[in-house]
Amino acid sequence: MTDLPQIPPQVRAKAPSRFTRAWDSDFAYQFRRSPVAIISFTVVLVLVLAAIFAPLIAPYDPFDPASLNLMNGFSKPMEPNAFTGDVFWLGTDDQGRDVFSTILYGLRISLFVGAAAVAFAMVLGITLGLLAGYVGGWVETIIMRVADVQLTFPAILVAMLIFGIAKGITPVEYRDQMAIWVLIVAIGLSDWVQFARVVRGATLVEKNKEYVQAARLIGRGSGAIMLRHILPNVLSPVLVIATISLALAIIAEATLSFLGVGAPPTQPSLGTLIRIGQGFLFSGEWWILLFPAATLLALALAVNLLGDWLRDALNPKLR
Amino acid sequence: MSDPVLSIRDLTVEIPTRGGLLRPVDQVSYDIAKGEILGVVGESGAGKSMAGNAVIGLLNRPAKITGGEIWLNGTRIDKLQGENMRRLRGKDIGMVFQDPLTSLNPLLTIGDQLTETMLQHLSITQTEARKRAIAALEEVGIPAASERLDSYPHEFSGGMRQRVVIALALCAEPSLIIADEPTTALDVSVQAQIIALLKRLCRDRGTAVMLITHDMGVIAETADRVAVMYAGRLAELGPVREVITAPEHPYTDGLMGSTPLASKGLKRLRQIPGSMPRLTAMPTGCAFHPRCPKAQDICRHDPRPRRDGGRAACHFPITHSAEETA
Repeated sequence: MTDLPQIPPQVRAKAPSRFTRAWDSDFAYQFRRSPVAIISFTVVLVLVLAAIFAPLIAPYDPFDPASLNLMNGFSKPMEPNAFTGDVFWLGTDDQGRDVFSTILYGLRISLFVGAAAVAFAMVLGITLGLLAGYVGGWVETIIMRVADVQLTFPAILVAMLIFGIAKGITPVEYRDQMAIWVLIVAIGLSDWVQFARVVRGATLVEKNKEYVQAARLIGRGSGAIMLRHILPNVLSPVLVIATISLALAIIAEATLSFLGVGAPPTQPSLGTLIRIGQGFLFSGEWWILLFPAATLLALALAVNLLGDWLRDALNPKLR
Repeated sequence: MSDPVLSIRDLTVEIPTRGGLLRPVDQVSYDIAKGEILGVVGESGAGKSMAGNAVIGLLNRPAKITGGEIWLNGTRIDKLQGENMRRLRGKDIGMVFQDPLTSLNPLLTIGDQLTETMLQHLSITQTEARKRAIAALEEVGIPAASERLDSYPHEFSGGMRQRVVIALALCAEPSLIIADEPTTALDVSVQAQIIALLKRLCRDRGTAVMLITHDMGVIAETADRVAVMYAGRLAELGPVREVITAPEHPYTDGLMGSTPLASKGLKRLRQIPGSMPRLTAMPTGCAFHPRCPKAQDICRHDPRPRRDGGRAACHFPITHSAEETA
């Protein structure tokens, strides 16, 4: 039906710019209307930036033994040290390390391990979930049964098991360097299941839609269909899980480090700092424990709230 | 008639289940010639879509073709596997699905989807594909096609989307289009437009069409010939005028009696007693005999009636006087 009226060009509205489109989108609108989202996003942003620029922000380098002065040990927050007169915002620990600086560096490790573990879990979970959902048959059976079995163990236990095995097979001299990477793999492996389950479920829905049939019909191969057609359409629930998983991964890392099986004292994460700090709690040096713990709490809470908000914002039924 | 584009001979599709072997398509035969529109009608579960899916090789496990032959442009395609099947079905067969909401990928622009299809099958460049995509959209009546090319499916209405789907089905220049209930999900007012569009485009290009629907009105308006299916079997096959005005198979007769047609005036609609047999409990002999007003002993016994020369697969086809048929 070519006889439909052609719209003259001057009547058509100018195409909005990319920024205007993003700003006017439902998603941005929801974000602007939610104080919780704005606050938690700000908190996360500040902490992430602080972690990235830690070497620039931190007033001291807590891991340079040359710059440490044992005389500064156990300085109270905001008070001049009794011997040296130096002022530390958040106090120092027993070796005179600035707590504020150690938190910044610890945040770096915690965020890096958390994000890398989630990325690892995501790649693994999405790949296996897509395969299970799209291919079906015995591939699906094997993947999903392994997932079910793993789900019966608490994630932290699985992570400890993997960490323990890895520690057993790495030579002693590499242990501290490897610890971070082993931690990432351990947490990632203990966390892929939920990605795989969600992606599989969504794939089962998508693969029966007619556009996938149409793609099969025009002769696209299975790989192309999975990557180009199904994957983008199953990503929105994955995004939500990834955010919530990030909070869980950070906490899992802190837990492992607190238990002494995670980040080594030479590269302390927030969890390691909390472990070190709790030894001083009852002797009165509360700041060594409190500030790292408060940072971890703020980070985990903010990421979690952001994830919750994201889940609601991406679910059209809840609007 | 010249060589048919599609020729199906005794096609049988079976699904093995715990309850036994099901035959959703049972020894069905029909041809579609170049530029011809064959309507395939029947109730839900009569096997019309299943036959269509068998032709394009989109049967989902465990359903599979267990008998018969499918010929497309002189090539036998029912035995083709993997790469050959893929190359052939996308190139030579286009598909228009029922629901335009789900037959387009929501995250790709329609331009992407059109060019993807063309690049897959025609040896042309990206720019050329884009040009052809615009032409294809203009042909199906999308205004301002060059700008709409970069729109996403959700920016179109249902009718417009179905036009895009038709453009998509036609863009690789197939010789056969299978339209599986193309208008069922659309507003009545849009249905006629879409049907007219499909009909015009296929006439112009000489594309053969298999139009699967349960809407007798659509068939009457569009099709050249009609195949009536019942419980996986072909009940009647013939030119659409004759089948509608003078059905020979008692089932077709019942179907026509239960369809409101303006030409028949306002009468109380007849209904066919009972319902279509479940595939797990097919009657012996003619599948329609438990509901058939003309059933006799022979209908209950194997072998079941076949269409030998005549239009209807029935032992006692309804005969019509000359003026009735005219």
